[in-house]
Amino acid sequence: MNRSNEIRRLSITDSEKCVGCQLCMFACSRRFGIGGLEKSAILVRSVGGIERGLTVVVCRACLDPPCAKVCPTRALRIRKYGGVLLDKSKCIGCGNCVRACDIGAVFWDSGENKPIICIHCGYCVRYCHYNVIRLEVMK
Amino acid sequence: MSIEDQLTRILYIDLSNKRYWVEYRRELFEKWLGGVGVALQLYREEAPRNIHPLSPENPVIFTVGPLTALYPLASKTIALFKSPLTGNLGESHAGGRSAVSIRLAGYGGIVIKGASDIPVYLVIGSGRVEFKDGSALWGITNTITVGRILREVTPGQGIRTIMRIGRAGEKLVAYSAVMTETYRHFGRLGLGAVLGSKKIKGIVIYGKQSIPVRDKKKYREVYDKIFREIVESDAMKRYHEIGTSMNILPLNYIGALPTRNLNSNRFEYAENICGETIAEKRLARRVACSHCPTACIHIAAIREPYVDEPYFYKTLFISYDHELLYSLGSMLGVKDIDGVLKLIDMVEIMGLDAISTGVCLAWATEAYKRNIVTIEDTLIELDWGNVENYLQAIKYIVEQPNEFYRKLAQGTSIVSKHYGGEEFALNFGGNEMPGYHTGYGAVIGYLIGSRHSHLDTAGYRLDQTLKDIPKPEEIVEALIEEESWRQVLTSLVICLFARGIYTPEIIVEALEPLGYSYTQEELKKLGRNIYTEKQKLKLELGFKPSELKVPRRIYETPTPHGILKEEYIEKAIKYYSRQITGAGG
Repeated sequence: MNRSNEIRRLSITDSEKCVGCQLCMFACSRRFGIGGLEKSAILVRSVGGIERGLTVVVCRACLDPPCAKVCPTRALRIRKYGGVLLDKSKCIGCGNCVRACDIGAVFWDSGENKPIICIHCGYCVRYCHYNVIRLEVMK
Repeated sequence: MSIEDQLTRILYIDLSNKRYWVEYRRELFEKWLGGVGVALQLYREEAPRNIHPLSPENPVIFTVGPLTALYPLASKTIALFKSPLTGNLGESHAGGRSAVSIRLAGYGGIVIKGASDIPVYLVIGSGRVEFKDGSALWGITNTITVGRILREVTPGQGIRTIMRIGRAGEKLVAYSAVMTETYRHFGRLGLGAVLGSKKIKGIVIYGKQSIPVRDKKKYREVYDKIFREIVESDAMKRYHEIGTSMNILPLNYIGALPTRNLNSNRFEYAENICGETIAEKRLARRVACSHCPTACIHIAAIREPYVDEPYFYKTLFISYDHELLYSLGSMLGVKDIDGVLKLIDMVEIMGLDAISTGVCLAWATEAYKRNIVTIEDTLIELDWGNVENYLQAIKYIVEQPNEFYRKLAQGTSIVSKHYGGEEFALNFGGNEMPGYHTGYGAVIGYLIGSRHSHLDTAGYRLDQTLKDIPKPEEIVEALIEEESWRQVLTSLVICLFARGIYTPEIIVEALEPLGYSYTQEELKKLGRNIYTEKQKLKLELGFKPSELKVPRRIYETPTPHGILKEEYIEKAIKYYSRQITGAGG
């Protein structure tokens, strides 16, 4: 979905406005034409119960990403303007990247035994009716 | 029909022996879709006919449907059980994350049988059930606290449901609820007591599996079409903006808002407690069930000072809906928002059904004022609008310190049979009246609807569209037709608020990429068959339409269509009775 010469990244505008509908999560798996959530790289969860509000966990496209630093096979390549791209053929499924991400934004596909990495395509943004997430264009 | 495998898996849990297993029941999902359709068959298989609702033999069935976790607004879980409130089939639906979690843990349904000897909570994942000792949780007074504890000791943040009962369920109050994700409930007909009788304090279910789709391109196209309809059309607007509480003012205006135990059809303080006022003064947050962008769950915040400690406050977050503002507001003559919200909060904390609790307190207040019961029974003065005493009375209903509260905890039907005052005990088939006194459609709907609830037939809506009163037979026909179609929606576990989105045409389209081939006509026919199956099961469980009674008060307080005539409603019941005994054999 990235157009040439444009690097995009997801950002959270205001998680207080999030209603917890999780449409972003379903959208993320639906990119592959499947239902459910196993392939989703974004998570909406409560902060100690729905009564305390919600938070959106997604890759924030670090400029110096810890997940890439701990990857023993260089399967995670640093993206221009932040974030990483996964080369599945190099990944050995060690899970170091999951443990290195303090915000919990590296998810795990237990079927494939590989991480799920957000590619900042912005498909989820289309389904966020409350504009909690948006796509920033970096130039 | 090529049904996805995971949906056909039924998880069986035997509490008595702490065993569990999975059976593939493809044939059930092929014939009955899912949800209510499948749950009816599972209940019939499992339950002996003459059991007590609170005995171990009463199974609890949870089911979800083929659209769950694939399309928006198909996120309801159906629960079927024998109701301790009505003594007949109990059916209750809850949203939150329950349905999505069940489906993505890899099940189409869960059957819970037997009873545990000690308190337990169940932790259910893909192919795994843990029976956890719940002794430390049993007896905790606040359901929100129980949720908080379970949240910390179980896996699945964001992808789980945390169902739990409160003290009311433990104490077997016949109208106790099951809470899920704090603000959603299996509210009506006493599922909380059934779980309490099985010593189940909580059920945590988590999962995030994938669901394969046969035609990926078509699936995404239909999804986008439905999504656009939800967010762009007017179909969900009433739920999206002010929410269901926007009903209070119009119902009050037309004279259909039950007030002070239906001694009146209008509440002079309706403006104080209506959705518009709460939105303006207290609305603090909006939340949604999983996979629903509508966010109909409206949460108010109230700030309460501590009386014994200066500069100490607590902020409570309380969800409200039309039915709660009616039952704990107008029905009890509570004239200020914070009073109603505090009552709602107490009902939530204790784990009760809000409608039944409010109607029970309304009956008790009138019975007290008429000297049918005395202060010896009620222990405190019951008076319209006295919030502090109502808060105490709710605690008494749960703790049942004397004979009166033990009876009141069984509902208005039982308590009024014992003390008198049946003529103003506002229940239908044992289930307390919802917040619409709109006319024949509503009342006949409460009588003949499978759950004796407004949700079965939406008779209140029929009333509001009728100009002239048709023949009783025609009303019954219209209500049965509506209820039959609702069997399709609830077998697909589509939220009934989304009935305007999921038309027969859209449902056919949505099912197609998943490998189902139904025509609209076939779906409608299936709805009628499920309706017939449900009536048949009700009859088998001892339901006698000829014994249906209307509390006299219904005929005394006018509706927007005037005073209702007994003769008309009797004709309707007779006609309905012939229909279902004919259809049900």
